[in-house]
Amino acid sequence: MPEGASSSAFTSEGLKINRGAVDTVRELLRTLLESGKVKAVLALGRTGGDEGGVGYSLFRNPAAFEANGAALPLLPFMPANAGALLSRLTLEGPLPEPVAAVVRPCELRASIELAKLSQGYLDNILFISSTCGGVYPLDAGIDGNLEEMLPRYWQAMKQGTLDDKVRPTCRACNNFVPEGADITVALLGEADLDEECTLYVQTERGADFASCLEGATTEVKQENKVLERSMVQRDAFREELFATVEVGLEGLIRTFGRCIGCHGCKTVCPICHCRLCHFDSQDCERPAGFYEGELARKGGLRVPPDTVYFQLGRMAHMAISCVGCGMCTDVCPTDIPLSTIFSKVGASAQAAFDYHPGKDVDEEIPLRTFEEEEFAQVAT
Amino acid sequence: MEDQAFAPTIVGFLCNWCTYAAADSAGVSRFKMPPSVMVVRVMCTGRVDPLFVLTAFLRGADGVLISGCWPGQCHYQTGNLQARRRTVLLKSIFNALELEMEERFRLSWVSSSEAPRFVQVVKGFDRQIKDLGPCPIQDELFL
Repeated sequence: MPEGASSSAFTSEGLKINRGAVDTVRELLRTLLESGKVKAVLALGRTGGDEGGVGYSLFRNPAAFEANGAALPLLPFMPANAGALLSRLTLEGPLPEPVAAVVRPCELRASIELAKLSQGYLDNILFISSTCGGVYPLDAGIDGNLEEMLPRYWQAMKQGTLDDKVRPTCRACNNFVPEGADITVALLGEADLDEECTLYVQTERGADFASCLEGATTEVKQENKVLERSMVQRDAFREELFATVEVGLEGLIRTFGRCIGCHGCKTVCPICHCRLCHFDSQDCERPAGFYEGELARKGGLRVPPDTVYFQLGRMAHMAISCVGCGMCTDVCPTDIPLSTIFSKVGASAQAAFDYHPGKDVDEEIPLRTFEEEEFAQVAT
Repeated sequence: MEDQAFAPTIVGFLCNWCTYAAADSAGVSRFKMPPSVMVVRVMCTGRVDPLFVLTAFLRGADGVLISGCWPGQCHYQTGNLQARRRTVLLKSIFNALELEMEERFRLSWVSSSEAPRFVQVVKGFDRQIKDLGPCPIQDELFL
């Protein structure tokens, strides 16, 4: 079992603030910008006024974090995996000046994983994350539904449960406690999150940045039973979901039979970082003779071919690093439960190498390393 | 009886420096072995992309054999060790999806002086694939 969500992270030093959680985060970010400790903040925000959408933006003006500002930190929504965005920002080199990023645990894992894949730098990024209660699917953000769902979301969070309208992937996520964040905001199971807030400071940098908050008192928190309960519930749902994956060749063909080949799953996947994907490249164009040959051999052929090849190939490429964010399922126009399938395959691959994607920046990606003596039983 | 009718197609990715030489030597020595392995010579087992294996299966192979130098004897020092990790990865994917390609996919170490061992590996794998029967992927139109 992945130990990402072990409550040990919560025996570290916590700061208690007499202000609601969302307000605290806003206040923290505003103060950081005003004091110049960070030059910008990456957070969700309204794009195009109240009627507009929600997207990630870099904010520089502290006013964005006022009560009615454009920034919406902690909004349970993921229009893109922020890990992929941070990789784009730092692809050519590390950020020259500190930037705070408000991210979900899976986005943090994606960031770390991408840094390990040489797709970005973590330097100068201050990660502010939270115990995660999941995010709503993208279609919730289209017609203002999101605003209506928010009271339900926070109600569930206070009780330490998840709204059943959040992504299924989130309900099945057993990695909802961030590891490696500079500051973690306690949200899940915090009954008083409207009135008070606990921040867990996990790095020295985090401590320095959090110190600018007024009214903070230090306390040490005991292990959190609510998180353990949530883990049990999510593990159970995870098993339920995994059991729905259709297996065997027939299952594979049934599942991916409805794939329309848009490659949207690959486009939004934070781990799929190649500029030119093999499956979009000339290598996957077939000469006329191929079609003739396949027709002669099998008597028929799906056009365009290679649907299953694409999906299995993508598994071979990224399942080992899959952070289980659920972007793929969310964008699939034919509702293929991609994230469930990739999480299941990923869990199997990760277990084979005892690897935890996005957990530790110093842990080598399994296919980038090897031992002289290992897996002796594999070669026969 | 059906057994005789079914001649499996096994795609064998053989390392230039060892197994390929062993296969050559087995031929020169006129050892008897099943004619089921279609040899693809690679410069190292480390050259075998997992996609090669998938392609072989999706294009009608009944089995895939990757064979190269014993650990510690790789011409490029570590290619075979990397191939071993990729094999573990692919097998874990096949396992998770309960695909029978897992049983039809084999990695073997055969050095250049081990022609008899190569014959043994081919015989054993050929037997195994014959017992499994034709790979059902071949007849699938909608891959």
